[in-house]
Amino acid sequence: MKPSRVPLITLILVLVFFYLPIGFLVLNSFNNSRFASKWSGFSTRWYERLGDRPDIIAALGNSVKVATAASLVSMILGTAAAFALHRYKSRLQDTHRLLVTVPLVLPDILMGMSLLLLFISFGMSLSLFTIAVAHITFCLSYVALVVQARLQDFDFNVVEAARDLGATKVQAFLKVTLPLLAPGILAGGLLAFTLSIDDYVITYFVKGPGSDTLPTLVYSMIKKSKDLPVINALSSIMLVVTFAVVAVSQRLTRPAPVA
Amino acid sequence: MKPERKPELLATAPSFLWLVMFVLVPVAIIFAIAFRPALPAGGIGEGWSLNAIRALADPSYPALFARTIFVAALTAALCIATALPVAYAMARLTPVWRSRVLLLVIVPFWTNFVIRVFAWQQVLHAQGYVAEALRFLGLLGDNDRLLGNLAAVTLVSVYTYLPFAILPLFAAAEKFDFGLLDAARDLGAKPLRAFYSVFIPGIRQGVITAVLVVFIPMLGSYVVPDMVGGTGTQMIGNKIAQRNFTDRNLPEAAALSGALALLVLAPMFLRRRAKEA
Repeated sequence: MKPSRVPLITLILVLVFFYLPIGFLVLNSFNNSRFASKWSGFSTRWYERLGDRPDIIAALGNSVKVATAASLVSMILGTAAAFALHRYKSRLQDTHRLLVTVPLVLPDILMGMSLLLLFISFGMSLSLFTIAVAHITFCLSYVALVVQARLQDFDFNVVEAARDLGATKVQAFLKVTLPLLAPGILAGGLLAFTLSIDDYVITYFVKGPGSDTLPTLVYSMIKKSKDLPVINALSSIMLVVTFAVVAVSQRLTRPAPVA
Repeated sequence: MKPERKPELLATAPSFLWLVMFVLVPVAIIFAIAFRPALPAGGIGEGWSLNAIRALADPSYPALFARTIFVAALTAALCIATALPVAYAMARLTPVWRSRVLLLVIVPFWTNFVIRVFAWQQVLHAQGYVAEALRFLGLLGDNDRLLGNLAAVTLVSVYTYLPFAILPLFAAAEKFDFGLLDAARDLGAKPLRAFYSVFIPGIRQGVITAVLVVFIPMLGSYVVPDMVGGTGTQMIGNKIAQRNFTDRNLPEAAALSGALALLVLAPMFLRRRAKEA
């Protein structure tokens, strides 16, 4: 009997469904008309308009600052967490594992709301700093997840060998363990960077006045229906950057070719 | 040999303390602030008060909770129904095509969430091509809108969560022994029967994960109903934001968040119970 074609057709339709709205948005960013429903010729004027928007440039700067801080700190905390979870089996690690999982399952709105209440209770003023703290918190768990997956196929005998050959613990860690795990840690950091750049809900709750990131600025522009074609152009650039990041991280996470 | 505790503590402490400070303590604070009085200017008063808890008896809340659970469940059901054949088809591809298609599925999940929802807002816009085409075909009245209703909220929610459903189902389908399907067919099962009776039970764990990763975040959905929904499609998340940013009543926002937290945690505890039993 011939296998059914229904699954394959569903797969193709789903891929079309995934890319159609994105494609429509990119196409419209080159539309000379300010209305999405009328095509009135090719134009790059919305891209040119981006340059005259200091608020967009400032928000982009904020996003990059927060994402850099969040990915660096969560890479350190997340890698340490992954090591502890992988190496030790104890009650402490069971609790630790539960704690690492909570940010992965907690809906964003609860995370944003609870952190806002924490900052208010401790009298901290909301700023880029509070945004970075919030981002580190959810990025940490994702980095731990990625590095843990990497540790599964890590051969600790190599570290033992280095120790037998006279390396100190610190030397073995810096010269053997870290370089071997670097691709996994970097992939975790890249994931953290994109998650941080992408986040809207949590940021919206913990941002102070004037500390807009790109998603919160774009969101308020959409809500006010202001400069929608400019948002199209900005979105298209962000899409291209995302595709580039995905391509790089694919290279990093691809298993090393067997020589 | 008894392993030394010190290295373990050193490796565990940074992330452990961070998560206690910025996850556990804040969630506890939600429940504490729900019992505080609200100050007129948006502050939190001293002492204790049951006002915010009493406000949970708001007559509009049962409908709000029911709508939230309904949209979350419907989105999860539609995502699973679509992702099952997709995962099946992906698992049957050659390895080269499998990794290519996997990449195609992951990329939209990496693109900015706000932008994806904005793209749909443009597609479903009252003067957009889709609305014009439907009007031309007589399927949409002159004054009807594609945005602002539960159908739009569900459609865009499915769009944003479908990759989350596909990934665990694909991971499970990849490990599935497709020889079992041939066996079922040899024994006379029709393809659809084999799919329901052999394939789906075979990837059961993947199905459970997929349901949870769609249903739980959907309970806290906020952006999609805010951007493509209307006044009649508010979900709990929108109400929390409204209490917080418009009414400036933090204790009421906290009480509602506490209720949502219990709603989210309940299925997880039930699952743990079921596992232990």
